[in-house]
Amino acid sequence: ESLSTPSNTPETTRGMVQDPTQFDVLVMPNLYGDILSDLCAGLIGGLGVTPSGNIGANGVAIFESVHGTAPDIAGLDLANPTALLLSGVMMLRHMGLHDHAHKIQKACFDTIREKKVLTKDLGGNSKCSEFTADICRRVQDLD
Amino acid sequence: MAAHGAVLSLCRFIKPFGGGRLGNTVKVFGTTLTSHRNKSGLNGDNIPPPAKYGGRHTVTLIPGDGIGPELLNHVREVFRFSCVPVDFEVVHVNSALETDDDMNNAITAIRRNGVALKGNIETKHTLPASVKSRNNVLRTSLDLYANVMHCQSLPGVQTRHKNIDIMIIRENTEGEYSSLEHESVSGVVESLKIITRNNSLRIAEYAFQLARDKGRRRVTAVHKANIMKLGDGLFLQCCKEVASGYPDITFDSMIVDNTTMQLVSKPQQFDVMVMPNLYGNVVSNVCAGLVGGPGLVPGANYGRDYAVFETATRNTGKSIAGRNIANPTALLLASCMMLDHLELNDHATSIRNAVLTTMNETRLHTADIGGQGTTLEVVQSIMRIIQSKGQLTSEF
Repeated sequence: ESLSTPSNTPETTRGMVQDPTQFDVLVMPNLYGDILSDLCAGLIGGLGVTPSGNIGANGVAIFESVHGTAPDIAGLDLANPTALLLSGVMMLRHMGLHDHAHKIQKACFDTIREKKVLTKDLGGNSKCSEFTADICRRVQDLD
Repeated sequence: MAAHGAVLSLCRFIKPFGGGRLGNTVKVFGTTLTSHRNKSGLNGDNIPPPAKYGGRHTVTLIPGDGIGPELLNHVREVFRFSCVPVDFEVVHVNSALETDDDMNNAITAIRRNGVALKGNIETKHTLPASVKSRNNVLRTSLDLYANVMHCQSLPGVQTRHKNIDIMIIRENTEGEYSSLEHESVSGVVESLKIITRNNSLRIAEYAFQLARDKGRRRVTAVHKANIMKLGDGLFLQCCKEVASGYPDITFDSMIVDNTTMQLVSKPQQFDVMVMPNLYGNVVSNVCAGLVGGPGLVPGANYGRDYAVFETATRNTGKSIAGRNIANPTALLLASCMMLDHLELNDHATSIRNAVLTTMNETRLHTADIGGQGTTLEVVQSIMRIIQSKGQLTSEF
């Protein structure tokens, strides 16, 4: 039994900081979700790698990355596409295209794991197009 | 003893006060008569230490629920052992009852003594919505408007992030904790979040004054004014107004969700933080997690006339009560904050150092910080260290 099982939002944030692996699925009202989702994004590497989706009634959904527009690096082939790409993967799953989703996600994770063509925010100095090309190559190899 | 106390008091009256402390206080034969005029800078330091009779202080002790009672017993043990001149007036509060009598008794006792040390009182979710949380009632009745938490990395405790030193000042009386909710239409609940200019100015003033007193460089206001434009907008506006009176201190603001993200990735960037009630609760818990957990961080609630000390994160720890595994650090450090408040600084330093030295022993870490030590082992180690420093102690 967890020594200090959280029983409310503030305790959950503490639990999240100390041992996030104790959590699986969390559901909550708007404000807490805002706070907790940013907190968790911070735990896994920031908004540059965090996907998200907004699901409505009748299956209407919008998937998006929640990082900023980064006007300072726009158009310079420097941005990290991971957040938007993984949001796209969420979208594929929502549409039932699980095979494609799995392939792209695996390729993306493998590229990041290899650390050879990372964008600047992840500690590398590759371009966005190089990062993307590596993922595409892996997807091809998986076919 | 009474004459001795009186002489002490008169000596303190004659001694020059630094920094406007006790500015309008007259001490006569051990009792303190205080003028409330010209009470500027509503910092905890400007509250006069409560009346001493015979050189000993009386402090209200509320054991609370869960691990509170056992840990507060350890505090009393350590105090008795170190010959700390503090007597505790114990007031029990039963969280299961719906009546307010025991709560009123506790509040009266705190009004009488001016200072309290407490464990957390459980808030039962099953009671009707109109019944306020007991801890909340305490804070609002005594107008303990500033909740102060000092989050510091402890050298002996392993954490992901190091060198954290953040002071969190949380508005303690209004905001989302106003307990004003209604259900005009069945299935649709509306909650009122109250932000007032008065209380926002007050807490901002407290934060900046504290920052100045402690030599801190930067105050960050945490808010969600992009969404709650009027409520948090007012709070932010008040902070800006107060900031203009402290040009030596840098002021900036950050939205609460970004704040939590920054806290878990780069906590060293923060210095002093001030915020409304709910965000304060969340940020306090995040910071407590960052430095090692709720068992390590003390908290203080200051009002104009009263001060109540407790653990920073208010958990009752019901599941670990009575098993000799709870971490006594937070409450012991809180009791040291209380001793500083009572100006018994030597005792505070001695106990605090003993606690921190014990923290360095991994062998003595309790379960919440990854060790297997028992509460008793920790407390005994602390007492041994106090004894070894050569101070006057009673028998073990």
